[in-house]
Amino acid sequence: MGMKKKLTAIDVVEEIKSGDISCEELILEIYERIERSELNCFITLNKENALEEAIEVDKRRSGEECRRKKLLGVPIAIKDSISTRGIQTTCASKILTGYVPPYDATVIEALKKEGAIIIGKTNMDEFCMGSSTETSYYGPTRNPHDLDRVPGGSSGGSAAAISAGETVLALGSDTGGSIRCPASFCGIAGLKPTYGLVSRYGLIAYANSLEQIGPMASNVTDTALLLEVLSAKDERDSTQVKTKNNASTNYCLSWLNGKRSGNGGEGVGVEVEVKGMKIGVPKEFIEGVSPEVEKSVWNAVHKLEDSGAIYEEISMRDLKYALAAYYIIAMSEASSNLARFDGLRYGLRTGKDEDWHTTFSRIRGEGFGEEVKRRIILGTYALSAGYYGTYYLKALKVRTLIKNEFEDALKTHDILAMPTMPFVAFKLGERIKDPLSLYLADVNTVSINLAGVPSISVPCGFSNGLPIGLQLVGKHFEEDEILKAAFVYEQTFL
Amino acid sequence: MDVKIGLECHAQLLTKSKLFCSCSTDYHDSKPNTHVCATCLGLPGALPVVNERAIRYGMKVALALGCEVQEEIIFYRKNYYYPDLPRGFQITQYDFPIAFNGLVRIESGGGDGGKEREIRITRVHMEEDPGRLVYIGTIDTAKYSLVDYNRSGMPLVEIVTEPDLKSPKEARIFLGKLRSTLEYLGVFDGDLEGAMRVDANISLEGGDRAEVKNISSYKGVERALSFEITRQKNLLRRGLKIQQETRHYDETRGITLSMRTKEFEHDYRYFPEPDLVRIRISDRIEEIKREIPELPDEKKKRFTSQYSITTEHANSLTYDINIADFYEEVASKIDMKLSATWIADVLKGELNYRSISMREASKRISTADFVAILRYLKDGVITERGATEIMREMLDRGGVKPEEIIKSKGLASIGSEEIEGAIDKVIKENEGAVEDYKVGKKEALNFLVGQVMKHTRGRAEPKEVRRLLVGKIESEF
Ligand SMILES: [Zn+2]
Repeated sequence: MGMKKKLTAIDVVEEIKSGDISCEELILEIYERIERSELNCFITLNKENALEEAIEVDKRRSGEECRRKKLLGVPIAIKDSISTRGIQTTCASKILTGYVPPYDATVIEALKKEGAIIIGKTNMDEFCMGSSTETSYYGPTRNPHDLDRVPGGSSGGSAAAISAGETVLALGSDTGGSIRCPASFCGIAGLKPTYGLVSRYGLIAYANSLEQIGPMASNVTDTALLLEVLSAKDERDSTQVKTKNNASTNYCLSWLNGKRSGNGGEGVGVEVEVKGMKIGVPKEFIEGVSPEVEKSVWNAVHKLEDSGAIYEEISMRDLKYALAAYYIIAMSEASSNLARFDGLRYGLRTGKDEDWHTTFSRIRGEGFGEEVKRRIILGTYALSAGYYGTYYLKALKVRTLIKNEFEDALKTHDILAMPTMPFVAFKLGERIKDPLSLYLADVNTVSINLAGVPSISVPCGFSNGLPIGLQLVGKHFEEDEILKAAFVYEQTFL
Repeated sequence: MDVKIGLECHAQLLTKSKLFCSCSTDYHDSKPNTHVCATCLGLPGALPVVNERAIRYGMKVALALGCEVQEEIIFYRKNYYYPDLPRGFQITQYDFPIAFNGLVRIESGGGDGGKEREIRITRVHMEEDPGRLVYIGTIDTAKYSLVDYNRSGMPLVEIVTEPDLKSPKEARIFLGKLRSTLEYLGVFDGDLEGAMRVDANISLEGGDRAEVKNISSYKGVERALSFEITRQKNLLRRGLKIQQETRHYDETRGITLSMRTKEFEHDYRYFPEPDLVRIRISDRIEEIKREIPELPDEKKKRFTSQYSITTEHANSLTYDINIADFYEEVASKIDMKLSATWIADVLKGELNYRSISMREASKRISTADFVAILRYLKDGVITERGATEIMREMLDRGGVKPEEIIKSKGLASIGSEEIEGAIDKVIKENEGAVEDYKVGKKEALNFLVGQVMKHTRGRAEPKEVRRLLVGKIESEF
């Protein structure tokens, strides 16, 4: 029916509520695009339910209850690492083939409450282990900007789907860059919240102490709107920090309202400004990145300067240990988290049952991919008696150093700016054979997970037609600051 | 030979819900896998949330055992594979448990007036119970094992002792004392199946220690340890080395079997549970201290002085909190020494014989019933034998009152006229025995008393019968 390729959630909600568009037609259009697509963004689709819900939305859109819903009728794609009741959830692993969770993750409950419509479950690196979506058992997802290139990872399906208009919003999860990397490679916005802002209940764990579920969208405003819904308070996650940010639901509303009440676009963003905002640019994050990336990021910083921000180049020395510490912590936790997949209660169960050890060893041998096995083995090693102190405990110490370093940098600066990825999307198959080179690609994102601070990636230019991402990092629980800066920067494009 | 025994005791706590989820703990009579949820089944993505009450119970136990409760606690993951462990790790405690350094006093001789011994408590911590393997038939004949996760996530408090116990008997006495203390605190029910499970470390002079795993009954502890000591002694006698190993206790056969030797010991790869945060507990210590009731030792002391009963009786009456409460209620209404004798010596024996607990029994025989029985006895309405009979009848049948039993069984004592009539009859029918007695065969009198008791269907007091019988025979001289 010829809808705009890139719809925004804010517009969709308004137009559905006013009756300007039909939710059913929108959902049909979305599925048409998915079915025509060569990208392989989705592992599982939720078409029947989604259409039923859309018809229901069209029926009730003017009712009092619907009018209050923040995401009424908005199509959203869910990364397959997040549990959805009644919809297969595989983490892109063979070992979870056919697993249908009997419960919804807290974020899914929140989305449903606000009227969002789940389109399907998106492709990803198996158990979030990768930066290219190539380790998926269900085959790689392709980058909409160049089908021979990866979309980034691990939330590659979510990013590519937004970029290609196969959904309006998406959820990703970010352990060491898994939201921001594909956001950068696919030219969309993606935010990793402060550790402890969004409930992890229902997120299939890769590395519990590092990861967060976060919003992915085509623009900053949608990102903020979705974050507001995701940050609902949840007693089922003990590591969620109960702050004022999730105590009430009007998390980013102050400036969203400013935009909304701007009346027909005239006063768009009136309350959002960066005048006097201090931006630190850590040189360690820029050294070694590709020249086009470096140029685009500096351009972005200068645009923010033009809008009234003040920037300064700074240095963060301890970052050189971040990658090693990150991988030790992530793999150690993963080796324990993935122990539950034995085929006994759910998931893959192949061949003839023999004794317990033989059976679960065979199922794990068949069910996990190479990268997952590699990380389980390394993590098991790092936690072993005699090595625990050398690896895990030392990694925790490095983590404290890095956290302190970020806190120090953010004492004198409101936000930090840097490239999300050191380069643009690479070719399928280019790095997958060399795990170390793939690990090195995460150098700019993992330290932020170690520090637990929030960070957003927004598009800041192209190199040979491939998107480049600008990463903005904020203080703990000050997502509004990075969203504000990202929004102001985004406006300079218009 | 010097024997050193240390115990790791795991006791299920009586919280309403499990340690990390809201599933009910009342699963003992339920079908398998009906008390489960995403968290205690270890479904991907489900997270644990600590049950605050379980922590309070754990602290209560630690304080009652004289431990030093710590500032903060941290939960750890203990990683190992087993089908009853749905996450592939158990959430337990490691470096930051609830408490360290406690002390428990036991009377090592048990009832026979042995000396008091001090058993040091190393630590007290919390952990979750795994599920349970179930076999159709026996473990040897079943074709496969089934797993029931109802127990998965039950709150356990683990109490670890120093190797201060010197014999299997001491180990049993210690466990009895522990059970008693936990029940006093109202956090534990030792009658529930599998409520207490014990791992025992045991070493003989000159040998490495062996660990015997998963002893699940109180009697089993003494048996398993005795077996293990004999086994180790035999090895030493033959000049063999006792190697460090983990052994399994086979309850039905009463023997221990090697599970694995040192080089195959698990590496549990403990690390802090990243889904939980550290919990500050020191601020609750004072409040919980105030909730701790009078414990067995104090109660025993009070009983001897307040009720002027013997130490043996006080011991016997205070072991089980329900018996102690029962006694105090009865003793407040009627002669306290008489109550002590009838509860400690008679009622407890009847309970043991029937393997029922005081709590069960009190549903059939109330304190008011018991007072009534003792009153009938004191007033001579019934005999001691009659009193015992009433108690038995009430325990076996339930729902009957003492008066009904007195009537239906004709237990009311009979007057001296009826006794004298019976005596006359017995003397007439047993002239031989009477003659024997007269010529000095004293045992003949016992026979005659027995005959009178038979004729009166036990409703006469044997002492009274004997007095009257002797008088009668001697008056005939
Ligand atoms: Zn449960």
